[in-house]
Amino acid sequence: MSAMGRWLKKLAVLLRREKFSGELDEEMGFHVEQVAREFEAGGMAPEAARYAAMRQFGNATRLKERSHEVVGFRAETVTQDVRYAVRQLRKKPGFAVTAILMLALGIGASTAIFGFVDAAMLEPLPYAQPNRLVDVAERAVVFPRSNLSRADFEDWQRMNKTLSSLDAYEGTSYLLRMGAVSEPVPAGRVSDGFFATLGVQPVLGRDFLPGEDKPGGAKLVMLTYGTWMKRFGGRRDVMGQAVSLDGDPYTIVGVLPQNFAFQPRANAEFWTALGDKTGCEKRRSCHNLYGVGRLRNGVTVEMALADLQQIAAHLAIQYPGSNKDQSASVQPLSELIIGQVRPILLTLLAGAGLLLVIACVNVASLLLVRSESRRREIAVRGALGATPVRLVRQFVTEGLLLAIAGCGAGVLTAVGIIALLKALMPKLMLDGAPFVRNVGLNAHTSLFAGGVAVVAAAILALTPVLRLAIRDIHGALSEGGRGAASRFWRRMGANLVVVELTIAVVLLAGAGLLAKSLYRLLHVQVGFDPSHVATVQVMAPDKAFPKPENWVQLYPVIKNRLLSLAGVQAVGITSDLPVQCNCDTDWIRIAGKPYHGEHNEVPERDVNPEYLTTVLKARLIEGRMFTNTDDMKHPQVIVINQTLARKYFPGQDPVGKMIGDIKLSPDSMRQVVGVIADIRENALDDQPWPAEYLSIYHGPDNYFALAVRTAGDEKALLPEMVKALRAINPNLGVNGEITMADQIGNSPTAMIHRFVTWLVGGFAGMALLLGVVGLYGVVAYSVSQRTREIGVRMALGAQRSAVHRLILKEAGLLAGIGIALGLGCSVAMGLLMKSLLFGVRSWDVSTLAGVAAVLGVFALLASFIPARRAARVNPVEALRAE
Amino acid sequence: MGNKSELMPGTLDMLILQTLKRAPLHGYGIAQSIKRVSDEVLTVEEGSLYPALQRLLLQGWVKAEWKMTETNRRARFCTLTAAGRKQLGVELSKFEQMVTAIGRALRDAEEAG
Repeated sequence: MSAMGRWLKKLAVLLRREKFSGELDEEMGFHVEQVAREFEAGGMAPEAARYAAMRQFGNATRLKERSHEVVGFRAETVTQDVRYAVRQLRKKPGFAVTAILMLALGIGASTAIFGFVDAAMLEPLPYAQPNRLVDVAERAVVFPRSNLSRADFEDWQRMNKTLSSLDAYEGTSYLLRMGAVSEPVPAGRVSDGFFATLGVQPVLGRDFLPGEDKPGGAKLVMLTYGTWMKRFGGRRDVMGQAVSLDGDPYTIVGVLPQNFAFQPRANAEFWTALGDKTGCEKRRSCHNLYGVGRLRNGVTVEMALADLQQIAAHLAIQYPGSNKDQSASVQPLSELIIGQVRPILLTLLAGAGLLLVIACVNVASLLLVRSESRRREIAVRGALGATPVRLVRQFVTEGLLLAIAGCGAGVLTAVGIIALLKALMPKLMLDGAPFVRNVGLNAHTSLFAGGVAVVAAAILALTPVLRLAIRDIHGALSEGGRGAASRFWRRMGANLVVVELTIAVVLLAGAGLLAKSLYRLLHVQVGFDPSHVATVQVMAPDKAFPKPENWVQLYPVIKNRLLSLAGVQAVGITSDLPVQCNCDTDWIRIAGKPYHGEHNEVPERDVNPEYLTTVLKARLIEGRMFTNTDDMKHPQVIVINQTLARKYFPGQDPVGKMIGDIKLSPDSMRQVVGVIADIRENALDDQPWPAEYLSIYHGPDNYFALAVRTAGDEKALLPEMVKALRAINPNLGVNGEITMADQIGNSPTAMIHRFVTWLVGGFAGMALLLGVVGLYGVVAYSVSQRTREIGVRMALGAQRSAVHRLILKEAGLLAGIGIALGLGCSVAMGLLMKSLLFGVRSWDVSTLAGVAAVLGVFALLASFIPARRAARVNPVEALRAE
Repeated sequence: MGNKSELMPGTLDMLILQTLKRAPLHGYGIAQSIKRVSDEVLTVEEGSLYPALQRLLLQGWVKAEWKMTETNRRARFCTLTAAGRKQLGVELSKFEQMVTAIGRALRDAEEAG
């Protein structure tokens, strides 16, 4: 008979199961009756005859079951198993809930983190063929990746043979005027082929056309989708209309797609064509652009680098004044965008993975304990005729059921964690990671969760099976549950606990090292007093303030206006706030020293006198600070930081010395009047640089920052400050108001460190909890199994304290091994995450000792309770109980 | 009861088919028939007939219908189908081959010993 026919027959039986069952009963009943009648005829008593007939017939229930198995689909017995498993789990809801929660935690955390890693590493760039895109920049001695100057960019674009296209971009901001309101908006300036190089097409209107980025051309702008929606209501008729940026009308030519994001300028709202050269762009020595290129077919990153290096070398000979020592830097664009977050994501993934292992180990040991307590049940079922295969299948079913429930809960947890992480992620980090938007349940994360669930299911199903395989049923029945088998479990459970504790130590140590890094980072010597200081960025637009004289006149107006606010003690003006970057550099040359054309890069800060003295309270080491007379009418002077003094004036008194530009041109010469202790200008985890401070009256700018010291609450001052500035002139662009403390505490470096620390800390906390619970479980179980042994010991005269010690020793041994192994692994792990550590070595003794102490105390607590219970054992009861 | 012997595994199906070749029977009848024909040497755990019958029904080697017995009780009578007859032939020849092989092996062992 064909398989199809058999299948149909089975189906027919399945649909009329009741009938099948009834008929089978009737048939078998008839049989037994007939045999009984025969026996009776042979002279037996009716009752005895019936029993004899039944004996001869065999186990009716089992036979019926076998008949069912013959005609039943495999699934039918599976549903039986599932029903039984559900009943088992419901009988001990505590076990089921704990197991499912642990799995949910492990699977949820690892799936969520995997979602981020996947989004970041596998599809970080929403562009056409993103792996052919490269980041192109210049390379200076101190800046491995420095900006391109416009002249260099144009030469590179023209001369290179390895890139099918090379385009440039610059992050900038414009003062957007809509109606009566002026507002600074982040924007990008790009060369004409920028979007074509990325492979991005506008959803509306057109891209910039070739040649539209040339100086003197029409001013054109493309809108991001968000801006189009938010500021222009998504109206299609804005195409061709003008929008006022910095007082100039820009014609809107296109709208970028919704999913477009360009990480180096992720928050840009407007994208304009390069167009007219800015002051900086007229000079080959002034670097303000970055390049993005697309590799030609068959060209590698190395080949492109060699090509551009050759061009750079050629330009260095042609223009030694500006291009000496300037080379090229080429790297995959993805490296630029995710290079920084990769170690973070890998650390988090490792943390989540370890947590998952702990969760699985914990659930497995729970299952072991349970299978132990079910030995008699299994023995009974076996004696009643359950085949070993069927028994094993029962456990596999229970494991699978747990895994499925755990995985379902885990997926929900993952969705929750992803949403939480997205909400917790620092805004800046989010801007820097456009891929985060795509994180969620997709094919990859589902596949990952599925894979994890399969592994978890395998572990959960196989643990009790392995456990069953080494046991003989008869032994278990007769002996009532002790002996070699439970010794096996104790060893196995103990091994599992050691694994858990080891992992807990590793995670705790990781969290400890990260926390210490964060502390060190936030307590870096910044060289100034950041308390009670409010800051804000100000932009005086060219239209309203066309000339440097206008800017210089604006400074005292702002200062006096803000001083009139309640509590304000001093108003500092600077070109850049501290703890930002080593940007805005100047090339200096010391008069009277040998010079070979090197570029001595130093950050330059143009400040008013109060900025250094009363606002930042910088420490003067030598000479004097600026005064109000250091203005246009008096000769240029310069204040330098200690690092500059040490580097360029070793063993000398720098005060009175002259510093100029690389040509020592007469109008650039300025005299050093003072040396101050280093003010941290760059990121907290960087080395301090030599820096120079100039009077803002000698180097005025229309884009500057204010730092205001107040006697009162600096947070409350922020909105008042913005209001006062707008009242001076509505054309002033005012944005980025933040307190100095937040500025430091929320600097990208600090935020990233804090984010990682909290997450790994969370993992570590959970690992500690799970590990300690695991240890408690093992010790408590061991005590419950050894009750009789303890009773015997006590009956033979063992003191309660000795019993106490016995149990604590067992727990202590496990904890000790776990901690020792964990510390060893921690050092290795610390080396792996070195790039995330700041001011801490991976073998930081105090952190490791602290971790060992914390875990030791918790382990002691966990074993104390069962040890007490053991010591309280009443020997008489313990012995009688068996 | 001392000379009862266990059935060789896999021979139960064949015995049932062989029994049904003579006449349609119900389960009890099959058990009786096997016992009688084999002079009570072969006994089966009687109940194990039933899963075996289900197997044969499923394979289509046996048909079943409910009929009245002589004692006026309802019982399920099984009949051999054409496919069952063919299957019996196959199993018989396989069995004979095996018996021959075993016999030869035993003789050889005797001669060698």
